[in-house]
Amino acid sequence: MTVMEQRGTYRPTPPPAWQPRTDPAPLLPDAVPYRVLGTDAAAQADPELMRRLYAQLVRGRRYNVQATALTKQGRLAVYPSSTGQEACEVAAALVLEERDWLFPSYRDTLAVVARGVDPVEALTLLRGDWHTGYDPYEHRVAPLCTPLATQLPHAVGLAHAARLRGDDVVALAMVGDGGTSEGDFHEALNFAAVWQAPVVFLVQNNGFAISVPLAKQTAAPSLAHKAVGYGMPGRLVDGNDAAAVHEVLADAVRRAREGGGPTLVEAVTYRIDAHTNADDATRYRGDAEVQTWREHDPIQLLERELTARGLLDEDARRSARDAAEAMAADLRARMNQDPVLDPMDLFSHVYAEPTPQLREQQALLRAELEAEQEGAH
Amino acid sequence: MTTVALKPATMAQALTRGLRDAMAADPAVHVLGEDVGALGGVFRVTDGLVKEFGEDRCTDTPLAEAGILGTAVGMAMYGLRPVVEMQFDAFAYPAFEQLISHVARMRNRTRGRMPLPITVRVPYGGGIGGVEHHSDSSEAYYMATPGLHVVTPATVADAYGLLRASIASDDPVVFLEPKRLYWSKDAWNPEEPTDVEPIGRAVVRRPGRSATLITYGPSVPVCLEAAEAARAEGWDLEVVDLRSLVPFDDETVAASVRRTGRAVVVHESGSYGGPGGEIAARVTERCFHHLEAPVLRVAGFDLPYPPPMLERHHLPGVDRILDAVARLQWEAGN
Repeated sequence: MTVMEQRGTYRPTPPPAWQPRTDPAPLLPDAVPYRVLGTDAAAQADPELMRRLYAQLVRGRRYNVQATALTKQGRLAVYPSSTGQEACEVAAALVLEERDWLFPSYRDTLAVVARGVDPVEALTLLRGDWHTGYDPYEHRVAPLCTPLATQLPHAVGLAHAARLRGDDVVALAMVGDGGTSEGDFHEALNFAAVWQAPVVFLVQNNGFAISVPLAKQTAAPSLAHKAVGYGMPGRLVDGNDAAAVHEVLADAVRRAREGGGPTLVEAVTYRIDAHTNADDATRYRGDAEVQTWREHDPIQLLERELTARGLLDEDARRSARDAAEAMAADLRARMNQDPVLDPMDLFSHVYAEPTPQLREQQALLRAELEAEQEGAH
Repeated sequence: MTTVALKPATMAQALTRGLRDAMAADPAVHVLGEDVGALGGVFRVTDGLVKEFGEDRCTDTPLAEAGILGTAVGMAMYGLRPVVEMQFDAFAYPAFEQLISHVARMRNRTRGRMPLPITVRVPYGGGIGGVEHHSDSSEAYYMATPGLHVVTPATVADAYGLLRASIASDDPVVFLEPKRLYWSKDAWNPEEPTDVEPIGRAVVRRPGRSATLITYGPSVPVCLEAAEAARAEGWDLEVVDLRSLVPFDDETVAASVRRTGRAVVVHESGSYGGPGGEIAARVTERCFHHLEAPVLRVAGFDLPYPPPMLERHHLPGVDRILDAVARLQWEAGN
C-alpha cells in the first residue's frame, strides 16, 4: 500500500483556534490617489462648500506666509509651515461638527485656526510664552502635539470615552508620514480598530520627515495600506485636491459616527517650504521636484475648477484675498505686541495645589523678582 | 452595596476593595490594562470587577502599554477617571513617553484647563523570586518627573486609603504597589472611616529615640524588623514610612530626625541617583545642626536587578540596616 492509499479518508483540518479572517479586499485603498477637481466627480461637489474651502485656502496660505515672516522678525521662535498642504489642513477642520474633536500635530496650526481657534492663541506655543495658548475645550481642539504620533492614542481614548457615554462624537487625528513609523501610530490604530472607536486618522504624506524621504521611512505599498493590517479601511487621496480630501474625510467621519469604526486616510501632498524656518531644504531635495509640486498647488487646482464652472468671479477672488489680508494685518498687529508674562505663573499649574517643595521654590523666585525690581529703582 | 468586613485582609484584597468602592462611587472611574478582566489581573487585584461593572468599565486592552496609557489620556480628556494597570514595573517602560510628555504635563501645558486625573498602578520591587524584568524599583524615574504624584503603601489600610485618594485626585498619580506585600495580612476593617488617606503625609510607624529609619513600600516591614532586632544592641529606632515620595513630607521626616539626631534611608532602588540621595540631602538641609552623624543610605546595589537566586544579596535586609546604624558615630555623639 502506498502512503497515499494509507491516508484513506484523512482530510487536513485547520489548527483548532483558526477562524476565517475578514476579507481584506474592501479595506484596500484605491490604486491611485482619489481626485475630484478636474474629474467628473466635481459635478457632484457642493459649490457652496467648494467656495468655503477656497476662501479658507487663501486665508490659510496667507497665514503661513505671515507666520513665516514673523519668525524672521523674531516674533516667533519657530514656525513649521504647511504651505502646499493647506487643502488637508482646511478640510480636516471643516469636515468636523462642533461637538467633534481635532488632534493636531505641530505642523497643523492652520487646521487649529480653521477650526475657530484665535490665530494668536494658536501661535502661543511657537512664540514661546506658554505651551498651549488656547482652551482645548472651547473649540474641542487638543493641544498642538510635538512628540510624533503621541496624540493619536489620545484621539482614540477620547473617541472611545465619548462612545461609552453615548455621545456621537468623532475624533480626527492628524499625523505626518514620518509619524507613521512611530510605535504610537501602530498602537493607536490597533486600539481604535479593536475598540471600533469613532476616529479618523489623517496622514499627510508630504514626502519628508524633516530631510528623510518616504522611501527611507517605509516599504509599505502605501501608507494607506497599513490600515488593512489593523482591519480598518485605508483611503488614498490627492492631498492637494481640497474637494477630494473633504469628501474622503467626510465619508470617514460619517462612517465613524454611524458606528462603523475608524478609517486611515493617506493624503498625498508636499511640504513646499523647509521643515521650519531653521531648516535648509536645499541640502536634501532639488528645485525641480519642488517646482512640479508648485504646479500642483491646492489653491490653483480649486481656483481652476471653480472658475471653469463659473463659480468664482473676480469679486469673490478679491473678497477672499481681502479677508486674508485683514486676518494677516490683525495677526501682525497683535503679534507685534509683547506678551505680558508673569514668571510666578510657572508654579501655578504643575499640580492642582503646589506641593510644599514647589511652594519653597516659588518663594525663592518671588524673592529674586523682588530683588530685581528693587535693583531697577 | 453589601460591605464585607475583611479581617484579616491582604493588601491585594484591600486594593481590590479600593477599586471596587471607587468604581461604585463614581461612574467616571474606568479600569483598563492587560488581563484585568476575566483573569482579574496577574496579581488578582482587579478580581471580580468585570463581573460587577462590565467590560466597558473594566477593560482588557491590547498588549501595549503606551497604547493603554495613551488612550487613558484621551479618556481623561473627555472627563473619565481612568485607573491603568501596568502588569509589572519593567513593563511600564514602553509607556514612559506618554507618562512624561503628556500625563505629567498636560495640566501645565494647558494652564490648568486640561487636568488628567489618571491613576497608574504599578506593581514594583523584588523579593518574590521573579525572573528578569519582574522586580525593578523604578520610583526614581517617576520622582524625577514633575507633574506626577508618586505614592506607595506599606500597609493594608494604606493600600485602600491611598488608592482611594489617588483615584479621587485631579492630578495623575503613579501608585506603586509593593509586590511582595500583596499577600501581607493585617487586621483591617474597611467599615472604619479611614477611607481616604491624604496624599503627601508620612507616618511614624514605630516611635524611637536613637535614630530614624526613613523608608517606604516594601522596605517598611524590613525596617520594623530591624528596629526590633536593634533593641538587643540597645538602640531604640524610629521608623518613618514616607507613603508619598511626591509630594514629600519634609515636616514629619525632619521632626523625627531632629528628635533622634541620626538617620538612615532604606530602599530597594539603587543608591546612585536613587531616592535616598534626595532624601538625605533634604534631611541634611533641614537638620544639619541636629545631626550627630552623616545621613546614610542602605539601598539596592547599583546593578541591573539580579536573577532571583541572588536577589537576597541585593535587597536591603535587617543585617545591612543594623550595620549602617552601627556606623552612625555613636562614640562621637555620646
